[in-house]
Amino acid sequence: MKHMFDYYLTTIKIAIQTQFQYRVMQYFYMIGMIAEPVIYLVVWSTIAVEQGGSVGGYTPRTFAAYYLVWTLVRNMNIVFTPYGWENRIRSGWFSMDLLRPIHPLNNDVAFFAGMKVVMIILWIPLGLFLSLWFKPDLHPAWYQVIGFFFAIWGAYLIRTMLLSVLGMITFFTTRVGAIFELFFAFELVFSGRLVPMTLMPPMVQQVAAYLPFQWTFYFPIEVLVAPMTIQVMLRGLGIQLLWFCLGWVAARIMWRFSVRQFSAVGG
Amino acid sequence: MSEIIILNSLSKHFKVPVRESGLKASIGSLFKREYRTIKAVDEISFQIDQGEVVGFLGPNGAGKTTTLKMLSGLLYPTSGKGTVLGFVPSQRQSQFLSQITLVMGNRQQLVWDLPALDSFDLLRAIYSIPTQEFIRTRDEFIDLLELKELVNKPVRNLSLGERMKMEIAGSLLHRPKVLFLDEPTLGLDVTMQRRIRAFVSEYNQRYGATVLLTSHYMADVEALCKRVIVIHNGKLLFDGELNSLVEQFAAFKTIGVTLQIENADLRKYGQAISQDGTRYLLRVPKADTAQVTARLLADLPVDDLNVEDPPIEDVIEQVFAGGKPGEVTV
Repeated sequence: MKHMFDYYLTTIKIAIQTQFQYRVMQYFYMIGMIAEPVIYLVVWSTIAVEQGGSVGGYTPRTFAAYYLVWTLVRNMNIVFTPYGWENRIRSGWFSMDLLRPIHPLNNDVAFFAGMKVVMIILWIPLGLFLSLWFKPDLHPAWYQVIGFFFAIWGAYLIRTMLLSVLGMITFFTTRVGAIFELFFAFELVFSGRLVPMTLMPPMVQQVAAYLPFQWTFYFPIEVLVAPMTIQVMLRGLGIQLLWFCLGWVAARIMWRFSVRQFSAVGG
Repeated sequence: MSEIIILNSLSKHFKVPVRESGLKASIGSLFKREYRTIKAVDEISFQIDQGEVVGFLGPNGAGKTTTLKMLSGLLYPTSGKGTVLGFVPSQRQSQFLSQITLVMGNRQQLVWDLPALDSFDLLRAIYSIPTQEFIRTRDEFIDLLELKELVNKPVRNLSLGERMKMEIAGSLLHRPKVLFLDEPTLGLDVTMQRRIRAFVSEYNQRYGATVLLTSHYMADVEALCKRVIVIHNGKLLFDGELNSLVEQFAAFKTIGVTLQIENADLRKYGQAISQDGTRYLLRVPKADTAQVTARLLADLPVDDLNVEDPPIEDVIEQVFAGGKPGEVTV
């Protein structure tokens, strides 16, 4: 336990130092990323105004709150993608990770966790600017702020497991980009990334209830944005934990079968 | 001495798709895919004792790296068995991985954007090295490899040779008992090669580590390895002392003779390889060496004469070419 704590802490420090080396690039990346929710926000705000002030209970200012928190949640749930898996397996770089007496997934989790620290620091001025511009309606209770902290890390861990399982397919096919695009399409529809889930057709909401996607976007956003009782919030955090555990088991099983396929291509 | 590495009929076969070039073949492969099995490593067996430094030789594609990857747990063997330090490498147990290292000349584990010291600290955490021991080992390696001026520079700003020295230092911080070195001096200049050789030798002597080394530079092998294992097309061709490889495969010797006269005709003594002024090099069958030497001394005004084995590169080349003992040419 002490060993793993030391490893995580050291990797996080390394990640922070590495990310600060490319802070300007990171900033431009973040500005590009913020374009997506700002477009959603402008479109839905316009629709809300034209429909007499709100759509499905969302006013322009509650939309502003949703998409502002969206930007933070999105920063938090960026994880090592299947493209990364594809690249490191195809290039043979993965060999060096496999030689270490620590499972490579630990490196992915720790390194990206370190990146979050830099991303949040860089996000703060952008978040302030967006708040001043769009004036979000955001009044969370104290327990929601605490719950949000856990919810964004839950989202991060669930997404890490999901995309790692997907990435491990590369052991079999060497190319997994096409499958990732399919995953991305599902995520867009069923996660609340495109639009709050309550605005989706009932059938989509019913299907989404059985999928992990909304626990990586919609739930953490709602924890901070929507009025929510402690009980509902804790139940949601529990479901996040469940999805993380399922993802972890799936990743372990997938790893067991897939690593045997590693042919150490390209070195 | 105890056997640290044991290979028993170890094989690795790869099934690779094959098809002709062109659009027609490309469409055809959608319906009927053909595969070919490549025997990268084919039933090789050998043992290596604790503290041995063994040269693992073979031309490109011989199966050297595949064998090293199986021994370090990166690849699952198709058949046969291999153990390292009593562990089955493919099980990739932490206890096993903590006691070995694989250095590949074309791969790096240091963080590109940061000074190597940060990567060293990460390696300390990965291998759970006690802080005092880590500092002692790190500083010792920094001294031995003369890295003091370099460890604070970002890795990306180091030259290839400097980076390689840093990689090797990083790979040995946890003091592995078994070193798999795959072309550790690849692309380095002679000075850097020499320094890395000296370091490997020092590490071997100081810690009693077992080393299996592949290199295309015979100087590495000659400097470090008493024993060599030669592999070609996945099959083991030779396993024994470097000297006996030369004895077994070199059927000729080289006689270097310096005369007091120029333009001497030495064809009747053996095959003339080269001439530089009054210095001549002759190739003669090993069995005739003594007799030819005596005749040269008796017939000609000789200033200097020496008899040498052929260069090890030539012997190895002959082994790769499928030569049998007695067929080696120089």
